[in-house]
Parts: sequence; structure tokens; C-alpha cells
Amino acid sequence: MATAPRFWRENPSRYNLMGFKCNSCGRHYFPPRAICPVCHRKSVGKMEKVKLRGTGKVFSFTDVHEGLEDIALHKPYIVAIVELDEGPRVTAQIIDCEACDIQIGTPVRATMRKLSEEGPSGVIHYGYKFAPVKEK
Amino acid sequence: MRRVAVIGVGDTEFGELWDSSFRELGIRAGLAAVADANISADIIDALYVGNMSAGRFIEQEHIGALIADYAGLARDNISATRVEAAGASGGLALRQGFMAVASGMHNVVVVGGAEKMTDVSDDESAMIQSSAADQEWETVLGATFPALHALIAKRHMHEYGTTREQLADVAVKNHKNGSMNPKAQFQREIARETVMGSPMVSSPLRMFDCAPSSDGAAAVVLCSLDAAKKYTEIPIEIVGSGQASDTLALHHRKDICTMEATKMAAKRAFEMASLTTRDVDVAEVHDNFTISEILAIEDLGFFKKGEGGKATEAGLTGIAGEVAVNTSGGLKARGDPVGATGIAQVVEIVTQLRGTAGNRQVKDATIGLTHNVGGTGATALVHLFRRV
Repeated sequence: MATAPRFWRENPSRYNLMGFKCNSCGRHYFPPRAICPVCHRKSVGKMEKVKLRGTGKVFSFTDVHEGLEDIALHKPYIVAIVELDEGPRVTAQIIDCEACDIQIGTPVRATMRKLSEEGPSGVIHYGYKFAPVKEK
Repeated sequence: MRRVAVIGVGDTEFGELWDSSFRELGIRAGLAAVADANISADIIDALYVGNMSAGRFIEQEHIGALIADYAGLARDNISATRVEAAGASGGLALRQGFMAVASGMHNVVVVGGAEKMTDVSDDESAMIQSSAADQEWETVLGATFPALHALIAKRHMHEYGTTREQLADVAVKNHKNGSMNPKAQFQREIARETVMGSPMVSSPLRMFDCAPSSDGAAAVVLCSLDAAKKYTEIPIEIVGSGQASDTLALHHRKDICTMEATKMAAKRAFEMASLTTRDVDVAEVHDNFTISEILAIEDLGFFKKGEGGKATEAGLTGIAGEVAVNTSGGLKARGDPVGATGIAQVVEIVTQLRGTAGNRQVKDATIGLTHNVGGTGATALVHLFRRV
């Protein structure tokens, strides 16, 4: 599993969904990247840090029964590709529901949770997961 | 550019080969290929070895020199190179060998592929296989390699109405083909119910939707087509070679039901060969999961997008179908020692084009295709072969 520094250096994005906006074409990217794949060199120096709102929709999902060691805190767990409202898609776990409660298109919102732990006395890693938006 | 031919092929059986070491497997495949090509070792100029992760599977790097050494070629000081692109390592090694001979840089080249996966636990093996995907933004967040393919399957079912049964039919067909391949890891036929009743891995994919972990190796010998006639009566020419890449993470692709890398690699290979999809008689495609074969036969152009499942269900990809797909049993039944897979595909196609595939022989096969994928589609290789 990843050592602590490897994990911590990504914390701005893992905790706060910090992404980048290309000020040449206006597209949003997550995670950060130095070069816009559309604008190429024109984007150099024009990639601006922006915090994404953390709301989006389920694009696809799966109920993972055979999870990876250290990550499978509960089994089964749901992994989805979430399409964020700003455009980028992310892979993340869906929590606070069962797989039968969601479908492609279900609105979800990001929340910070425990992602993994390095054994019983090791470092605990936190980051984004998504939960269905409850109707009021 | 010189025309390039395959003059020899060799492989080991695939499976959980606890008695065989990595180097032993590599050498067995290489010796078989060299014997088949009827050449002596002293004319070999270079070796390329496809290997995904010996560093993690057996804690051994520097695979090029290792295989050259145990092949008895250390005193000849041949050029030996290890090539890596996850699941596409073998196909990429073939392309390196092809380019080396085509360019005139080397005359006789051995291209091998090898992986030893069962020296680590199943959990460790799953972690290593997941490193073909994006560690920082997929794996860490809980996405296993099967989970990523399950996301593709779920979406394909949603967009095109592909059914659970159609996924199962890919496994049923490939196990049937594997039952006719004495080197396949699984040589027993299975029923739809076997697949649908097997343990859930990552919904909708079950255990029988997934290729196994395997040990094994495969090798081929290449030389110029002009020289090939000295060694064999049936040289198999490599008439097209295409390679393409795409985003590492699945979620960054506009359409996760299409592998653009496969489409582009195929386009490049077909253009080089001046052939079309319709010319292909037999194809070995990258079916590491049942859904992967459905995507492959669509993206290679055999069937329209969304119709791969229906085509499989209708038997169009069987040995007597429109295009025979994965006659070896594919990754699913022949086995998937990752780095060896892309070369094992070539061994099968050459065997088919020579007409020596026994009871799984495709009638009058003259054009063959191999399709090898790394990760969830971040690398793809397509090669085209013709019986000369």
C-alpha cells in the first residue's frame, strides 16, 4: 500500500476535490494536470486551481464483492464513476446506501470518509466518497 | 521497410505451474520456437521479452538479460530488451521485434513473453494486476481491476441492452475452444448456468467472467520475408502492425464502452496491410473479461457498436462463424500469464494460418489478427498476419 507521503501529497484533491480549470478553453479537470489535453501548449501557465462543488450523477457502478486488501473495509462495497456537474468524472465509492438503491443517473454528493488503513496500528487514509442526495 | 515473417513459434502449457520457475518457462518457450524455426542459436541477433511485473510477481527485474543468459546466449552478448505495457506487454514486444527486422537493424529476432503469477498470494496478485490501472485515482479509491471492467459492463448493458446471458456466452464459447487446446489452462466445456451461478466478483461480473491468474510463456522467431524461405515452407507474414494509447484511467474516457486505442491500433494495422475487417478469418482478441471480448469485436469492426453481445449469442464468433474469435480459448480458457498473452495470441494465429490447429482449425484461414490490451484500454496493439 502507499506510504504516508505518497498519500498526503494528494490531500488537497483527496480532501477538497481540488481540480484545475484551463483558462484557455474553460474546461475543468480532476485530478490536477499541468497541461490541457485539448489546448496543449497554449494551456501552459493557464491552468488554475479550482475547488469542484462535489455534486454529480452516477455514470456507472458496481458492487465489489472481492475487494483489495486494506481497502475493503466493508464487503461488498459500491464503486462508481461519478460525473461531476463541472464535467470531470471521478472513480469513487458510493456510501450510505445499497447497490439496489441507486441507478445510472442517481444524484450524489461528495463527503469525506476513511478510505483505507495500513493495518491495525498503521496510518489511516481519508478522502472523498459519494452519497446519494436525499430528497427533502 | 523490409517485409517481416514469423518462421517459428513455441509455447508452454498455461496454468498454475508450481514446479516451473519464470526462467524455466521462458527458456522452454524460446527453445520450442527456435526448434520450430529450424535455426541455430548463433544467428539470433536480438531478444525482446514482454513482461508486465516480474519485479512484483517474483521480485526479479532485468528480465531481458536473464532470459538471454539462461537461453545460453550470454556468451554471444546479444541485444536483449524487456518490454512493458501491462497486459499489452507481449504485443508491444512483438512490435519492437517487427520494427527491428523491418528497419534492417536486426536480421533474426526472438520475441518472447512470460509471466509467473502464482508465486504470490491471490490478494497480492490482485494488487499487482490493478497496477495496470491508475493507482492514485482508481485503485486507492477501491476500484479493483475486475471492478473497472464491471463498470464498463454495467454501462454497456445500460446503453445497448447487452444481457447477462450474452456475457456468459463469451465464456461458454471460449471454454469450448479451450477444450480443443491441449495447452489451455481450462480444457472443460462449461454451460451458461456455470457462469451465471459462479461467485460474484464485482457485479455484474462473476468468477467465470474473469480470466485466471496463470504461469506460462510463449515465443516466436522473426526474420525478413526474403530470408524466411530458407527456413520454412510456410512463412507467415506480419502484414500490419498498429499501436495506440488512451487515458490511463477509465473514467477519463468520453465513452467507456469504446476502446479508442483498439480502434486506432486496428485502423493503423489495416491501413498498413491494405486489408479490411472483412478479410479476417481468425482473430485472437483480449478477453481478460467477458465484456472485454464484446468491446473488442465491436471496436475492431467485426460488429457494430452495441451488437457484440447479440453476435456472440448468435454464434457468429464461433469456429465456424463469420469470424472465428479466440480459437485458442482466449485469455479466459487458455489462461492469461500477462506478459505471455500477446505472444501466445501470435502462436495461435500462426498455427491456424499454417493449417495445423487440429480439431479447432478454422477452414481455409489465410488472414489472422491479434489484439492485445493493456489496462482498461490505455494501450492497444493490433497485428495482422497472412499466409504467404
